[in-house]
Amino acid sequence: MSQRRVLTVSELSQQLREALEQRFPAVWVEGEISNFKVYGSGHAYFTLKDAQAQVRAVLFRNRTRRIRFEPRDGQHVLAFGAIEVYAQRGEYQLVVELLEPRGLGALQLAYEQLKSRLAAEGLFDQGRKRPLPRFPRTIGIVTSPSGAAIRDMLRVIGRRFGELHIVIAPARVQGEGAAEEIARGIADLNRLPGVDVIIVGRGGGSLEDLWAFNEEVVARAIVASKAPIISAVGHEVDVTISDFVADLRAPTPSAAAELVVREKQALVETVHDLTARLERAMRRRLDRERQHLGQLASRRVLTDPARPLRDWQRRLDDATARLGRAIHARLRDAGHRSTAAAVGLRRGGLLTRLAGQRRQLDELDRRLRAGVRARLERDRHRLRALAGRLDSLSPLAVLARGYSLARLENGDIVRDARQAPPGSRVDVLLSEGRLACRVESATEHDVRPHVEDVA
Amino acid sequence: MNEPKTDLKFEECLERLEQIVHALEAGNLPLEESLRVFEEGVALARHCGRYLEEAERRVELLVKDEAGNLAARPFRPPAEEGQ
Repeated sequence: MSQRRVLTVSELSQQLREALEQRFPAVWVEGEISNFKVYGSGHAYFTLKDAQAQVRAVLFRNRTRRIRFEPRDGQHVLAFGAIEVYAQRGEYQLVVELLEPRGLGALQLAYEQLKSRLAAEGLFDQGRKRPLPRFPRTIGIVTSPSGAAIRDMLRVIGRRFGELHIVIAPARVQGEGAAEEIARGIADLNRLPGVDVIIVGRGGGSLEDLWAFNEEVVARAIVASKAPIISAVGHEVDVTISDFVADLRAPTPSAAAELVVREKQALVETVHDLTARLERAMRRRLDRERQHLGQLASRRVLTDPARPLRDWQRRLDDATARLGRAIHARLRDAGHRSTAAAVGLRRGGLLTRLAGQRRQLDELDRRLRAGVRARLERDRHRLRALAGRLDSLSPLAVLARGYSLARLENGDIVRDARQAPPGSRVDVLLSEGRLACRVESATEHDVRPHVEDVA
Repeated sequence: MNEPKTDLKFEECLERLEQIVHALEAGNLPLEESLRVFEEGVALARHCGRYLEEAERRVELLVKDEAGNLAARPFRPPAEEGQ
């Protein structure tokens, strides 16, 4: 008879713990999550099950950080961990170290989950997207200052169009804390004045390398940015959450640089184009006016300004001619009438009366002439008498009777001997000729008889 | 950092310039008005062109001091690998 070996419960538990924990220190278990619950402690408890069985599982808080998706009931997962026996309750559970969605990779799932959640919020809507500024003068770039991306962007900008102001907000772009740094960089650039557009990005890498750009904190920072955001992560094929949320997605950092540069170049071209159109439109306008003016100028009134005058002249001539003709006609008419009147007059003996008056006129004329002649004769006689009397009064007539006239040199007539003392010269005027005399002597008292004496 | 500069004024100039070009192209302004807006347009185009040319090339790195204040320092891009 074999000796019965009796174990206490604790002993059994201890042996089970040793057996199970040694047998299953690290195991991959595939199953579906159910009863997933996160406690206040931060630890999560759930059940992994399949059609026939189930096993309890725990995800401690310090492990949740490594889980990149959100575990939910019904998810088919691959759990990695160790079996632990919980002796107090006679239970065993899987202590999960890693949890991965079955089918999709964990990152892929997380990506899909965040994407659908943000899409549901409307954050990918085209209507939310802001246009890039037409003239980005200051460009913010959130990236690693030592990475290939910044080098590529600066090279493109420098080559294509140098005159841009670039502010780089340095951020790690992969690894722990990268997403937070990127988000902070976006916020910092928004605090700077005058940043027109922000490029967020990094060069190519694995899905893990690019992961920061799939994190919600980056997506939220992009949504909150006042400045439009261009997302430029990895290569053409890499599409991140930040690409969906950004106002514009550039396939690569270089392409982002080209975009902002092209905006500026487009602007320069726009200004040139507008200037050319402005001038063309004005020239066309002036041409039109000139043409219009030409048409006006070619009208008769302007090319031949005398033309209307000539027309008026012709009308005037016409009128004059008509007037002349009318007057002639009237005169002819009047002539006929006067001839007829003359005939009438002759019949009335007017000519006999005219002949009588003519004779009377001739008689008057003869008498007028005779009267005038007689009057002239009388006047001539009278004139002759008057002239004779004038002659007798003339001193010359006195000289003719034998008198002479003595004058001093100054022309004064000598009336008194004292006027001409001896030696003075005297001019003596005779009836015919004159004598130049010198006074020999003078007697003051005259001895000739006075008229009274004679009488 | 340079003082806050927005391109709002520039954008307004460009908008006005576009309006003027459209108006002139439509060609139904009176001639004198055409000449007036043409002159304005020429001045705006010159202003816009000068504004674009005046933009400067500057590359800066944003740094934070102990107090958390932002400052910008000149930045030299890293050399090409292998150079």
